[in-house]
Amino acid sequence: MSADSESRGPAWLLPASGLARLHDSLREAGYQVIGPRVVNGAIVLRELSSADELPFGWGVTLAPGGYRLRRRADHAAFAHSAGPGSWKQFLHPPREQLWSAHRTPDGGYSADSAAASDAKLAFIGVRPCDLRAIQIQDQVLGAPTHPDSTYASRRSSVFIVAVNCTEPGETCFCTSMGTGPRAGRGYDLLLTELTGPGDHTFVVEAGSAAGEATLAGLDLRPADPGAMRRAQASVSEAAGKMGRTMHADGLRDLLARSHDAARWEDVASRCLTCGNCTMACPTCFCTTVEDVTDLSGDHAERWQSWASCFDLDFSYVHSGPVRSSGESRYRQWLTHKLGTWHDQFGSSGCVGCGRCIVWCPVGIDITEEVAALQAELGGPEAGE
Amino acid sequence: MTMSQVPVSYRVSERQDETHDTVTLTLEPAGAPLESSKPGQFMMLYAFGVGEVPVSVSGPPGAAGLTHTIRAVGAVSRALCSAAPGQAVGVRGPFGTSWHESDAFGQDLLVIGGGIGLAPLRPAVLAALREPGRYRHITVLIGARSPAELVFAAEYERWRDSGATVEVTVDRADAGWHGHVSVVTQLVGPSGLDPRRTLALICGPEVMMRLTAQTLLAAGMTASQIRVSLERNMQCGVGECGHCQFGPLLLCRDGPVVSYHAAAPLLSIREL
Ligand SMILES: Cc1cc2nc3c(=O)[nH]c(=O)nc-3n(C[C@H](O)[C@H](O)[C@H](O)COP(=O)(O)OP(=O)(O)OC[C@H]3O[C@@H](n4cnc5c(N)ncnc54)[C@H](O)[C@@H]3O)c2cc1C
Ligand code: SF4
Ligand code: SF4
Ligand code: FES
Repeated sequence: MSADSESRGPAWLLPASGLARLHDSLREAGYQVIGPRVVNGAIVLRELSSADELPFGWGVTLAPGGYRLRRRADHAAFAHSAGPGSWKQFLHPPREQLWSAHRTPDGGYSADSAAASDAKLAFIGVRPCDLRAIQIQDQVLGAPTHPDSTYASRRSSVFIVAVNCTEPGETCFCTSMGTGPRAGRGYDLLLTELTGPGDHTFVVEAGSAAGEATLAGLDLRPADPGAMRRAQASVSEAAGKMGRTMHADGLRDLLARSHDAARWEDVASRCLTCGNCTMACPTCFCTTVEDVTDLSGDHAERWQSWASCFDLDFSYVHSGPVRSSGESRYRQWLTHKLGTWHDQFGSSGCVGCGRCIVWCPVGIDITEEVAALQAELGGPEAGE
Repeated sequence: MTMSQVPVSYRVSERQDETHDTVTLTLEPAGAPLESSKPGQFMMLYAFGVGEVPVSVSGPPGAAGLTHTIRAVGAVSRALCSAAPGQAVGVRGPFGTSWHESDAFGQDLLVIGGGIGLAPLRPAVLAALREPGRYRHITVLIGARSPAELVFAAEYERWRDSGATVEVTVDRADAGWHGHVSVVTQLVGPSGLDPRRTLALICGPEVMMRLTAQTLLAAGMTASQIRVSLERNMQCGVGECGHCQFGPLLLCRDGPVVSYHAAAPLLSIREL
């Protein structure tokens, strides 16, 4: 939820050149700083050795199954929507060792959990949808349910610099999902980027004590009312410029009675069950474990990797997969994401980032599929 | 990764063949034991270097060791079934929901097991038989494909002596069999079911559980008086791998024991 009524303390203005100092001071505080960067024709999340590596002046053109970089008229660093990667790759890595064990001379074995890296991470440029996605993964993998997990320990040391969205993309619908374009709580610092002729500044607000402490070293001046009005206006306007919409009300109930909908067959005839949508989605959390041994058979390890409910093996039990048809697997993905996620974790599993639309090789659009189901089964707009 | 994801070392202290492919193992902790389980809960059992699978606890609740009854159907279950006394087995758990058989205090407890489905029910039967006076009747209905496939067969007489009614049926008799030959649902009618005052616990193949529950509903029981134990692929046991999705339920956390009231509409959905 965008919590725009929250009081946030004073706001400051930081010239764009001040991002360098912000980056460096986080490094000096021991953080590995990660942010958006142009690599091979896409804006991806990587460690930044300097703030110059941010994608100044780059924008994107998005479409179902389409992603293209474009030059912007201004030098904005954060006006580029969600890219192929998301922060889950750092908090919930694609592949990770869980433990290793070796046989002991008495015929038993001893096991040790894999050493967790003690790197402290700072994320720069976390969009409001992605900030919410991190909180959704916290609900599944984090301290509330798994207080002793490596996820929880990694997560607890993360420093988050969020950025309000002023320019949503063609496939964005965070307004529909209540996750943006203004960032809700959960950041240490929040930036709003202001660009204009001869002007490139950030409004900076602190959201935590750690955030406030970082402000001390920056070249700030108090934000004047004019700058604040511009910042608020550009975020409010962004809410009206979403490329997509989804009627999210009542989806949990609608999907709970959708199992026989004809639309599943229709979408299954297009879906390749490749699982790209689940890999790109910032909230999809499923994993599979793999047990391996060395040649001697005396040393064993367990590795965990991202898995997808589109994999045939995902639901395997003795007689075969429970969900063998593509139809049942697409249905599983969508009904979980937008429906049963509420039952299991208390919220929707979708933040409206649009990644699954962009990175689907055949351009399946989650907002279109939902609209079709609502039309078929009688959704909220049927009564309007 | 959570600490609960590292298997704790146990040793096989006893093994007992149940059928040609099913073995009951008793495990003793090599060090500090895990928390004790409640009837219906399961453990993740790890065969060194081979893999890890969910297996229900089949032994009496509160015992120091752990008892599991395992049918060899694939790589991991075969490795576990061939474990000899002294061999190490990794254990995580206990996980999941329990039968809560004590909800039937003052009423009839009806336990219905098909095949190896009797394994997760055994702790509930043993718990109830420790205090039979608190139930009106304790009835155990057991079905198997053939007499040779019956698990815990040596114990049925002891259960009767402790106060339970135990009826056994098989799909196919063999030469020495003098008992019932039928599907397990046909034992329900003659069992003297009092539909208003019974709690039924069912475990077996999914079709068997559905047919049995339908028989009980037809006899006048409500879905909330019936509990079933459900099976899905499970890899973590702690609600974070996503493999055990079953509609709104994560079966490692919200199951395996589920009220039939919640389970029935879900079981009717194909490929859920
Ligand atoms: C809650 C629960 C309790 C269970 N209790 C018992 C029990 O008391 N006794 C018993 O013999 N069996 C029990 N099972 C079934 C047992 O887990 C499977 O037989 C076992 O996983 C098969 O693994 P495998 O490697 O030997 O076989 P394979 O067929 O080679 O299986 C490959 C993999 O698929 C998965 N898998 C296959 N079948 C199942 C299945 N039925 N359920 C879940 N995952 C499966 C496992 O990850 C397994 O490693 C239980 C299952 C669940 C979910
Ligand atoms: S389902 Fe699609 S739009 Fe929703 S959070 Fe996942 S990737 Fe983003
Ligand atoms: S919806 Fe698209 S991305 Fe997802 S599995 Fe199907 S084809 Fe792949
Ligand atoms: S077994 Fe992993 S979520 Fe249930």
